[in-house]
Amino acid sequence: MREITYRQALNEALAEELERDPNVFLMGEEVAEYQGAYKVSQGLLQRFGPRRIIDTPISENGFAGLGVGAAMVGLRPIIEFMTFSFSLVAFDQVVNNAPNMFTMSGGQFNIPITFRGPNGPAHQLGATHSHATENFYASVPGLKVCTPATPRDAKGLLKTAVRDDNPVLVLESELLYSSKGMVEPPDEELLIPLGKADVKREGSDVSIICYAQTVPLALKVAAQLEDEDISAEIVDLRSIKPLDEKAIFDSVTKTHRVVIVEQDHPFCGVGAEVCYRIQKNIFDALDAPIIRVSQEDVPMPYNERLEHAVLPNADKLIAAVKQVCYA
Amino acid sequence: MQPGGQRDEVEMLSLMLLIRRFEERASQQYQAQKIGGFCHLYIGQEAVVTGAVAAVRDDDYIITAYRDHAHALARGTSADACMAELFGKETGCSRGLGGSMHFFDRKNHMYGGHAIVAAHVPLAVGMAFAIKYRGEDRLTLCFFGDGAINQGAFHEALNLAALYRLPIVFICENNLFAMGTSVKRSTSLKQIIDRAEGYDIPGEIVDGMNFREVRDKITEIVDSIRKEPHPAFLEVRTYRYRGHSMSDPASYRTKEELEKFRLDDPITRLRAQLTREGKLTNEQFDRLDKQAKETVLAAVKFAEQSPQPPLEKLYDYAYADGAKP
Repeated sequence: MREITYRQALNEALAEELERDPNVFLMGEEVAEYQGAYKVSQGLLQRFGPRRIIDTPISENGFAGLGVGAAMVGLRPIIEFMTFSFSLVAFDQVVNNAPNMFTMSGGQFNIPITFRGPNGPAHQLGATHSHATENFYASVPGLKVCTPATPRDAKGLLKTAVRDDNPVLVLESELLYSSKGMVEPPDEELLIPLGKADVKREGSDVSIICYAQTVPLALKVAAQLEDEDISAEIVDLRSIKPLDEKAIFDSVTKTHRVVIVEQDHPFCGVGAEVCYRIQKNIFDALDAPIIRVSQEDVPMPYNERLEHAVLPNADKLIAAVKQVCYA
Repeated sequence: MQPGGQRDEVEMLSLMLLIRRFEERASQQYQAQKIGGFCHLYIGQEAVVTGAVAAVRDDDYIITAYRDHAHALARGTSADACMAELFGKETGCSRGLGGSMHFFDRKNHMYGGHAIVAAHVPLAVGMAFAIKYRGEDRLTLCFFGDGAINQGAFHEALNLAALYRLPIVFICENNLFAMGTSVKRSTSLKQIIDRAEGYDIPGEIVDGMNFREVRDKITEIVDSIRKEPHPAFLEVRTYRYRGHSMSDPASYRTKEELEKFRLDDPITRLRAQLTREGKLTNEQFDRLDKQAKETVLAAVKFAEQSPQPPLEKLYDYAYADGAKP
C-alpha cells in the first residue's frame, strides 16, 4: 500500500482501464490538451494519444449522446462532465437514452458507459455549480450511481464502473481531489464492487450513514464524539444504487440508532430512501427516530457564511447524534 | 453482401408495397385497439428509406426517429416481428417492450426507433465515431424529421460530426410538418439544408417522392464517404399522407395539398418508370401487391397468436447484469 491522492487514484484507474481494453476511450471538455479541468486526466493524452483521449466543444448533450451511440455498437466510453452540474444540460441523454435503451430494445442494446466528474457543492460556486445530483440519478431505473469518498474507493469503483455493462455514474468530489489515502500498488488489481457499502469505522452506539463528502465529515465527528463516550459506527454507502441494504441493516441492528448525513437536499433525498428501507425492514431494531442531516432546502448562496449554513457540518451532525442517543 | 446501389428495383418496389400495406394494416389494427400508445405512419414517404437502403451495404448502421416501422422493414426485420411489436408481444422486434416508436433490430443493424425528437442524432454521431475509431469502412445513416432541426441536440451533433469528420449521412425527411407546425412556422431559414452549411457540411436537396433520385444521390454521397470519412446532409422533400399520429386528423393542411402529393405517389411513380422500361408488367405488379398484403395479414395473425412478455421477466431488461437495486 502507498499513499496517493484521490485525483491520482482516479488517474490510475483511467490509465489502467485504457491500457487493458482498446474499446475504452475518454471524452469530455478539456480532458486532453488542457490535461483535465481538475487534472484527473493528466498525462493521458501523451500516453494514449488523441484517438482515445478526446477534447470536445462545450456540448454536454452532444458528447454524452455520442458516448451512448458509441456504446450501442460496442465501445466503452468514459464521458467526463467538468462537473455534474453541467450534466443537467445532458439530462436527456443520461436519463432518457442511456438507461432506457436496454429495456426499449428488449435486451438487444446494453449501454456500457461511464459518466464521471465532480458532483456536489464545492466552495462558493453559487447555485448553478453546486448541484448534488445523486438523488436525481439514483431515482432512474437502469442507472447505477456510486460516490467514492477515499482514493482507494475512487480507484476501485471507477475501474469497476468502466467494466460494468450498464450506464454507471461515478460521482466524484471536487473537495476530495487532493485528499490522500492508502491504495494498493499499481501492480495489484483493485476492483471494488458496486452496491457494497464499507464500514469506515466500527462503533456501538449509533450508525452514521454517509457517502462522498460527508464521509470525512462523519469520521471527524466520530473522533470528537469518542471524547464524549459516544461510539459512532461510520457506514460509507459508496454506491447509492444499487444500495447495500444488508450493510445498513447489520449496522443498525447493532447500534439501534441512526443518523443519515447526505450532501443532497432533504426533499426526496438519498436519506429518505435509506430511512424508508430501515423502518420498513427492521423497525423493531430502532430505539429512536432516524434523523437526516442534509443541505438546507434552498438554492446554494454564494456568500461563504450562508453556504456554510446550508451544508451539513460537524455541529449539525453532532447535534443529530446526541438527539438520537438522547444524550 | 450486395454492393451499394445494386439492389434490384422490382425488389425495392415490392419493399415499398410491403411498407405501405403494413402501415395500412397497422392503422386498421390501431383503430381496432389491438395496438396501444402512439402510432406514426410512414405512408407517402416510402421512397426515402427504400432509396436509402438501396444505396448502402447491409452492415452500414441505420438509426431513425419514432416514425420507424418502415426503417425496420427496409432493413429486413420481418413483418411478423414488426407487427408483433405493435401488439406488444414477446415475439416483437423489441420483445414488446419498445412499441411503435422503439423498433430495434441488432442483427439487421437497425439501431432504433427513438422517440425524443433529435435525441438520437448524437447517438448516430457516436455510432459514426465508433466506425472511425475502429477504422472500418461502414457509415451511419441518420434519419430525422424536419421537426428535429430546431433542437439543441441536432446542432451539437452536427458540429461534432463535422469537427471529427465522421462517416455519417444526415437524412432530413422533410414532410413539411412537425406534428401540426409547418416548417414555415418553425424554422427561420428559407431552406433546411442551410442548417448543414452552418456546420460546413455539404448538403443537397432531393425529391423524396422519387425512389431513383433518392437512391442515386445517396449512392453518390456514400461513395465519397467511403473514400474518405466525412459527414453529409440530405434534405429529402417528401409528404406523409396521414396525420402526425393516429390521433391527428391533420386539419392544419388542405385536401388540395394532400391530393397534389398523392398524384406524385412514390409507388405509382416507380411502377410507371419500370413499366415504361418494360421491366414490370401489370400482372407482376398485382402479384407483388397481393404478396405484400398476404405477408401483412399473416403478420397480424402471427402477432395475435404470439405470447405476452412474461411478467416474471419484468426486471430482466432493466440492467444487463440483472441487477435489482
